[in-house]
Amino acid sequence: MRHYLSLIVYLAICLLIIVIFQQNWLNAYIQIVMMFIGINIMLSSSLNLINGYMGEFSCGHAGFMAVGAYTASLLNMGLFTTSSIFGRSLFIGPQYSVFLFPVTLIIAGFCAALVGLLVAVPSFRTRGDYLAIITLAVNYIVKSSIENIQEIGGARGFMGMRQVVNAMNNVINIPWLMIWILAFAGTSIIALKRFVGSTYGKGVIAIRDDEIAAEIMSVNTQRVKLIAFMLSSGIAGIAGGLFAHVIGYINPGTFTIMKSTEIMVMVYLGGMGSLSGSVLSAVLFTVMLEFLRPLQLFKWVLIPLLLIILMLFRPEGLMGNRELSDVFPGLRRFFPSKEY
Amino acid sequence: MLKIENLHVSYGGIEALHGISLQVNEGEMVALLGANGAGKSTTLMSIMRLPPPEAPRVTAGSITYRGVDLLPVAPHIVVAKHGIGLVPEGRRVFGNLTVFENLKLATYARKDMVQVSKDYERVFSLFPRLADRRNQRVETLSGGEQQMLATGRAFMCGARFILLDEPSMGLAPLLMQELFKVLKEINRSGTTIFVVEQNANIALKYAHRAYLMEAGYIVKEGTAKDMANKEEMKKAYLG
Repeated sequence: MRHYLSLIVYLAICLLIIVIFQQNWLNAYIQIVMMFIGINIMLSSSLNLINGYMGEFSCGHAGFMAVGAYTASLLNMGLFTTSSIFGRSLFIGPQYSVFLFPVTLIIAGFCAALVGLLVAVPSFRTRGDYLAIITLAVNYIVKSSIENIQEIGGARGFMGMRQVVNAMNNVINIPWLMIWILAFAGTSIIALKRFVGSTYGKGVIAIRDDEIAAEIMSVNTQRVKLIAFMLSSGIAGIAGGLFAHVIGYINPGTFTIMKSTEIMVMVYLGGMGSLSGSVLSAVLFTVMLEFLRPLQLFKWVLIPLLLIILMLFRPEGLMGNRELSDVFPGLRRFFPSKEY
Repeated sequence: MLKIENLHVSYGGIEALHGISLQVNEGEMVALLGANGAGKSTTLMSIMRLPPPEAPRVTAGSITYRGVDLLPVAPHIVVAKHGIGLVPEGRRVFGNLTVFENLKLATYARKDMVQVSKDYERVFSLFPRLADRRNQRVETLSGGEQQMLATGRAFMCGARFILLDEPSMGLAPLLMQELFKVLKEINRSGTTIFVVEQNANIALKYAHRAYLMEAGYIVKEGTAKDMANKEEMKKAYLG
């Protein structure tokens, strides 16, 4: 029972959020911000696996997000909707989107994980700054490739994902998108937490500290890197798929280095190697962005400034490499303690 | 047990070992002596199959361990499957982790949990100081304690053959003696040991046999006693 306490608490919160959405107690704007929080939690915690736990510097996370966003959108649009670009729906009817929406998201995650190989394989031989350049290059490769495929809208992007969401709502009218965001965000956090706590996770931390030493401790460094990169980019892909459906419109310009930087800022704000830090900073950062919206473009002066101040006075981020349960030991009873 | 024949290795285009041959038999403690840059560490890194750029590339010759050709084997397999453990130069322990976490990490690929728990006890009885500091972060340990940890870690990998690279580096003479005594004890209970050492005095005191390297060649070999008595050894290395 105690073991599942954190899960039960999470499910209760999810239920509460779903009821609030269902009853429309919050206006649509706040609802969308809450969805972004969920997506950003997935993005920052998945990037934390690479930048925080494994100690590499990946600055192309938006690239994987783009792959996921396009795969999920294309699949859903092609399967369930009738539109000018994709013609008639290929599948039996839009009502099936209820069951197949999460499947398309998982496929999107797989595709993003495959693109993650583009970074994982070079990482066997390079690391540090050189690998950072490679991740940057992958980000650009993805963006430019999409820009040059006119069939999917090229640089203009395409829209219509709302139809998929509407199709789901036509079957049963509950806030589907928020439900899937909650489900996938929760699953990713659990998956990452378990991965980091597993034997593989110990291998990831060993690679961060000393790769040669890890290798002579019988850690298969190539395999660990492969899994870590693919897991991280896969989660980013799923987040991208959800992102596309929340916005209802995607274009390659959304997934540039700016977006990658935003995710990176969340990781560093929260603290490298702290999952609860990533969650916390994703919430804070998203809310902060919304509060600073009246400043318009000046917000991009103020936020980097805040980052400079953060790096000067608290370079380890909000949480450092501690978890929330380390800072507030009272929370331990919600999280099963580590066993050695 | 370990047999190296006519081994040539190079870093980039520069050859570091010009065809060395040596042999370590089961249950032995063998020392590899030599000055800086003679190629001692290079030999160890070749045995461990560590990849370039840190380690050299083998261009000719063979390394066989219990009859198996080690050349195409990946380093983590050398450790996990063949049971060869390395105590690297400069220790390379994980400073961020505690003593116990370091030892636990060494059991990464092991499945024999009963033997693992026995091995923990063995390490802690060999190095009682590690037992006192088991929950302390390794960064805060002294150099000698870190060296003990690195040795214990190789042992925890389940290694039946331990390679040590300059274990005496940066240690006080008393600690050096202590460390070699423990190595001798590990050796007596059946673990083969191959130790690379600059400090010929202490290595020859504890080892069974020794090889002497100079500039990428093995120039002398023999039992530790013979080696210690040779005139030119005394002059050049024993002082």
